[in-house]
Parts: sequence; C-alpha cells; structure tokens
Amino acid sequence: MTNLGMHVEGIRAKNAGPFMITIDVFCGSQAAFESVSDKFPASRVAKLFNLEAQEVRRYELPNLNVLKYSFPRTVAQGGALDRDMHGAQFSVVLAECPLKGEVI
Amino acid sequence: MPTRVLVPSGVLGLGFDHDALRRGIESSPDIICIDGGSTDSGPYYLGEGVSKYSRASTAAEWKQLLDARAEADVPLVIGSSGTCGTDSMVDWMFEITNEIARTQGRKVKVATVKSSQESGFIAEAFGEGRVEALDPAIPLTETDIVNCSNIVALAGAEQIGAAIETGAEIVLAGRATDTASIASLPLIRGDDAGSAWHGAKIAECGALCSTKPLSGVVVVEFGKSGFSVEPMADGARCTPSTVSAHMLYENADPFILHEPGGCLDATDARYSAIDERKVAVKGSRWIRSDRYAVKLEGAGIAGYQTTILAIVRDSRYVENIGAWSSDLLEFLSETISERTMLGPDDYRLEIRLIGIDSALGRLETKPSAPAEVGALAIVTARTQDAATEIARLANPFLLHFPLPDDEQLPTFAFPYSPAETERGPIYEFKLNHVLRLDDPMEAFRLDVLEAG
Repeated sequence: MTNLGMHVEGIRAKNAGPFMITIDVFCGSQAAFESVSDKFPASRVAKLFNLEAQEVRRYELPNLNVLKYSFPRTVAQGGALDRDMHGAQFSVVLAECPLKGEVI
Repeated sequence: MPTRVLVPSGVLGLGFDHDALRRGIESSPDIICIDGGSTDSGPYYLGEGVSKYSRASTAAEWKQLLDARAEADVPLVIGSSGTCGTDSMVDWMFEITNEIARTQGRKVKVATVKSSQESGFIAEAFGEGRVEALDPAIPLTETDIVNCSNIVALAGAEQIGAAIETGAEIVLAGRATDTASIASLPLIRGDDAGSAWHGAKIAECGALCSTKPLSGVVVVEFGKSGFSVEPMADGARCTPSTVSAHMLYENADPFILHEPGGCLDATDARYSAIDERKVAVKGSRWIRSDRYAVKLEGAGIAGYQTTILAIVRDSRYVENIGAWSSDLLEFLSETISERTMLGPDDYRLEIRLIGIDSALGRLETKPSAPAEVGALAIVTARTQDAATEIARLANPFLLHFPLPDDEQLPTFAFPYSPAETERGPIYEFKLNHVLRLDDPMEAFRLDVLEAG
C-alpha cells in the first residue's frame, strides 16, 4: 500500500496564526497533481484530523501543482494542551495516509 | 521612479548573507525593512513582553543594519520589535540602538510606533461592540481581556507610514503586520496598492521566496503597475514558482491576505521571469474596506507548570506502556484527592509518551515498537507551588509504578536530579479579534526621539 507522501514532492504544515493550521501538498508535477487531487477531498482530510468536513478549506493551485488545506486548531498554539507549537508535524498525518481507500 | 525596498532577512536575529547585504546596499535601495517578530514562537513571549532572540544576536545584527543604513543613507524600519512587539520591546530596541549609536559617536533620529493596548481600553471597546471575532471564533469575555498580561494591536501601513513621514532615519515599530513596513513607502509614493501589499507578502520572509531560503537578502522594486523581486545572494534565484509559492506560506488562504483597511487579492496575479533570477508580478488587487480595523493579539497566564520525565527501557513495560500510563494516571488522581485539598478542577496532570504518540496524540496511527519510551508528566495548576507539590507527589510512582502482575518493584530512569522541572507561568493566546478604529492612529502612539 502506498501513501500520499510517496507520490508527491513534499508536504508542509505550518501555523497560519495561533488558531489555524495550513498544509501545503507540493505534488511536484502535473501528473502527480492530477493523480492525487481527487483522492483527497476536504471531507477525507477532515476525517484524518477528527474534524467536520466543513471545517476544512481546500484549495487547488494547478499552476503550482499544489493542494492546500486549512483548518482550525483543536487547541490553540502553545497552550497547555498543545503538543506541537509550530504545527509542523501535522504534515505526517497526511503524508502517511494511504493513497486509496477510506480512512478508518 | 520605482521604489526599491531592501529586505535583509525574514526576521532580525536569524542572520543573513553578508555579501548579499553588500549587493543589496549597492543596488541603491530607497528603504531597508526588516521584521522583528511573529506569533509563531508561541504565546509566552507576548505574555511576558520579551524577545525570543538573545540581546547579543539582536544587537550584532542591528549594528550591521545601522551601518548599512548609514551607508545607503535611507531609512531603516523594523516592525514587530522583539518578537512580540510590546512597548517594552520597542524600548528595548531603542536602548540597543542608543548603545550602538553612542559607541559610534553618531546621532540618529528615531521614530517609535507603540502598539501595546491597555486592557481597560480594549474591554471598553469590547463593550461598545468595536471588538469583532475572526474565524475561527474564540469565546471572549471582558474577564479574558482583563486577564491578558499583554495585548497588542497590529499596525499597518498607515501607522508605519506616519513614522516614515517624520523623516526619521530609523523607525522602531511595535507589533505590526508582517507586510506593513515593506508596503509603507511604496504606498506613500503612490505605487500600485495591490502590488505594494503583494510584494510585501512575498518579501516578508526575506529569501524564503527564492531558491536559497537561508541567504536572507532580497530587493523588491515597486512601480505603478506591478512589482519585481530579486534575491541578492550569489547563486540564489527567484522563479515564478518560488515567488508564487510564498503566498501559501503561513497563510490560510493562498490568494487573500487581510490587512488593516482592506485586503490583498492575488487571485489574478501573473508571475513572469524577467531573467533567470528576477520575477515580475502584475495583476494583484487591493480591495479597500469601508471600515478600518486592526488585528489584536493578547496572551494571559493559563497556569503554572512543573514537569517530570521518566525513561522506561524495560521491554515488558515498553510493550505495555499504554496500560501502564493510564493505570498510573488513575492511581495518581485518587492519591492526589486523598492526600491534598486539590480537586480535579484545580490541576491538570497528563503523561505524554515520547516514542509512542507525543507529537500527534490521538491523530497518531502508526504502531511503533520503540526500544524505550519517555513518559513526560506535565502538571498544570493555579500556582507554581501547587504544580510542584503534585509533581513531587507523582515522583515516586513515575519512578516505581508496577504493572498489575509484576512481582518486583520496577525502577525507571530519571535523566537528572531533581526530577521535577518548574516551567513557571504558561500563557495562552486569548484573542482572535479585530478592533474597529475611527482614526488609524487612535490605538497607536508615534514619538520622535534622538539616539546617540
């Protein structure tokens, strides 16, 4: 089974301010962009992060071969319950998601 | 006449390529702009009103920029002084500027823009309905506002522009949007507003918009119908991809950027290579808002923490670490209520398992079989004494807590003595709001001083 990370050039997660996370999927080529794009709708990414589908905003940037997802943090950056101050490790959740199939 | 803005680096304290800075000075800039802060380092710095970077690094880099400014004979602007941009950090930057100027026997005219907000003023504005929630909406009460140890408003081009127009050689601004200092001079000179904000966004992290992100220095040239960007380091290139990709960076919406007084819409922006290292951008739009509002940031104490780290290496314990940890937490919760006056609402005790799921928590899906696990116990309480008391109560059990069917008392590894670490106060960001203003300067103070 292959995961998303194996099919794209890189995946970057960052805080977008203290209350949002934004994840950029750099597909690397038009072919990779086209092959992964429809496999990761906002609803699927929402499930991965235990969110409601409408909480995830999804952007397609075909000129850059980039998919972008932005969603609210479940805990604010740097507060008592936060585990990742810069939010950068959230990229792994998407990178290790199987390319095909449903999220369990 | 185009307006040329030299950006030495994404933030003061991170360093820059010296040859690139030299090239930047030789390219005849009209102004040098650098950012000094962000919320990205966490709420502590705003809560305490201190800088993330050392004074020594800040002073060393600032001296190089003061020299660059003197040589180029143009204004030097720093926004978001000292990470958090409180008034205390503007004063800190002034003190550093003053020391350097005195050592060099120079006198320099300095304008300061102060962004700190009295909590009473914000609470009053909140009561009048002038404080509006942004998305995602954070619940806010007057008490939350009053409990913030520091609140800042983010200055835009109006406030920084006013400071530049005093004719100061140096502008030390408190908290400002990342883009405001770069956009200010092009806007004063009547360059295209959409391009001013878009170019500022592209250059706000220095050379991050190029193929050599750590080299720091870029020059942006603003005009009446677009802007261009060029990195100054040897071998660094800006390409339409590296430049357009920067709109994605730390920005929830890759096309829209909200600023005081309006927003940048880069949906129709067109990026083209002028040569192999320089990119031109056209088609960015500025959409003016009919109301003027500035973003607020506030941080307040969310308790005091004490931590203990125990390393579990015994294979049977590593294999059963999840059950061990949840049994231990249950046992500790009972013991704390038996032995202290503290109820469940008075403290929070968690154990994060390093090697298992400490970064992702419930989002972790990868099964792991590590050689060892770090059990990081984090106690948060209303006072430091209470947090440490609970940590000391937990100490012998983190060291010796057995699995149910274990005949022998285990002893895990404490990596240092004392095992407890007092972390002091911890802070939380309390505001995700904007403040509506009738006059952009209403919430800011502009002063002109002499350093040296």
